[in-house]
Amino acid sequence: MNAAIPFSAQLINLFAAVILLLAFAMLAQRRMLALINLFALQGFTLCLSTLVVAVTTGQSHLYYSAGLTLLLKAMVLPWILHRLVRKLNVKSEVEALINIPTTMLVGLLLVMIAFNVALPISQLSQTITRGTLGIAMAVVMLAFLMMITRQKAITQVVGFLSMENGLFLAATSATYGMPIVVELGIAVIILGVFFFQIRDQFDSLDIRHMERLKDN
Amino acid sequence: MISISGLLGQAFAILLALVLAPLLSGWVGQCRAWLQSRSAPPLLLPYYMLHKLFRKDVVLAHGASSLFRAAPFVVFGCMVLACAIIPSLSTDLPLAPAADALALVGVFGLARIFISLAAMDVGTSFGSLGGRREMLIGFLAEPALLMVIFTLAMTAQSTSVATIVETLAHRDFVIYPSLAFAGVAFTFVSLAENARVPVDNPATHLELTMIHEAMILEYSGRHLALIEWAASLKLYAYSCLGLALFFPWGIAPGDDFLALLAAIPLLVLKLAIGGAILAGIETVNAKVRIFRAPEFLGTAFMLAVLGLLVRLLLESKV
Repeated sequence: MNAAIPFSAQLINLFAAVILLLAFAMLAQRRMLALINLFALQGFTLCLSTLVVAVTTGQSHLYYSAGLTLLLKAMVLPWILHRLVRKLNVKSEVEALINIPTTMLVGLLLVMIAFNVALPISQLSQTITRGTLGIAMAVVMLAFLMMITRQKAITQVVGFLSMENGLFLAATSATYGMPIVVELGIAVIILGVFFFQIRDQFDSLDIRHMERLKDN
Repeated sequence: MISISGLLGQAFAILLALVLAPLLSGWVGQCRAWLQSRSAPPLLLPYYMLHKLFRKDVVLAHGASSLFRAAPFVVFGCMVLACAIIPSLSTDLPLAPAADALALVGVFGLARIFISLAAMDVGTSFGSLGGRREMLIGFLAEPALLMVIFTLAMTAQSTSVATIVETLAHRDFVIYPSLAFAGVAFTFVSLAENARVPVDNPATHLELTMIHEAMILEYSGRHLALIEWAASLKLYAYSCLGLALFFPWGIAPGDDFLALLAAIPLLVLKLAIGGAILAGIETVNAKVRIFRAPEFLGTAFMLAVLGLLVRLLLESKV
């Protein structure tokens, strides 16, 4: 059974599992900066897994995706988020609507659902890494959960980006990559939503707070 | 079925556990002191402690029943049995069929129940407090430990510890992502079960925070010595279990005497590294509030279940 799986597929499975673990760690994390670091780590793991797929299948456009992932998700976005947290003096504690242990249990339930849903779908796939489809789906659902249960815009954005990580994992590992146009499109949407949301929620909020302080 | 060499190996494993366990505790204490830039206590400190305590007279509280006097022996016996079942040197253990992994968890549970009952027996407030806290920790840690064992048992198709270790030790090199999850969960459980820092501080006598120390406040003399020795044995047992399950290389397969001899220095080396890592964990972490302990162990349980799920999804036969 297991001996039949080649080493590269084992590596991809391992990275997928690590990404899932990091998704849970993000769900459990109480500190904002640690959350962003975890997100960066998730991006880095995603980049590694994409690289392994690229090397195994020899599809050149996957190298670009891996590079893009590393640049955007492991470096630029975490850096911007770090700067935002510092600049806006966001409270370092993450505020959750549901308490964290309950969130974790709900998350566990979501993982079970995702695995069950993905199992029949992945049977249809012919690739060796079809098992990761369930993990990718679980990561997406956990990210959804994080966006729903968190109050701060920054944590919601991190949840959104983490969801995109899950989608990307599904695309690269389960089906060996999407067309580069789709990837670029997603990257553009991500950046658009990201900046849009940040400007909407933070800059205005920030300024109003400052004015109110002066008035009093 | 039971060979002479198997019996010898078994006896040797138990003796080694009895000798090495206090040494391991001393080593962890020494590493902790170095990391916290204190001057380190001698490595053999636990032996001196045991020697001192065994010579002292036992002072019993007025209301102490026979349970109070019997508990140290029961706890000590449980821990020796646990050390006998867990394959530390070889997997050819005549005692191994006596208890599989689930019964092993039960053996730990038995020891916990007895020490908690004994703590409540005298009727002091600290004893009851410690006993209750210990049961709280135990009831949260046990399911997580069971889930870890289920994950490994599925990989090895058996719940016998010796068989699991044998299967894991003699396979082709395959990365099991589920083992990573199980390993982290097991580390969490071991920290909680052995009264280590994120959950309990073994060196504290601060009333509000202590768990293990609160239970054994009333003990003295040889009773206390047995309990301290049993605590070292528990740490040794958990360390050996973790090493055997997740780093099984070098454990002798059967009645091969040379392999058994070669396994000893390797075991000592692995324990030394493990002890240093434990001291590191204890140094970089702060003790959490008692009400955060359920969260800590809930995380362990969740990781163990995740390991099980990942095992089902990624590594099952298609």
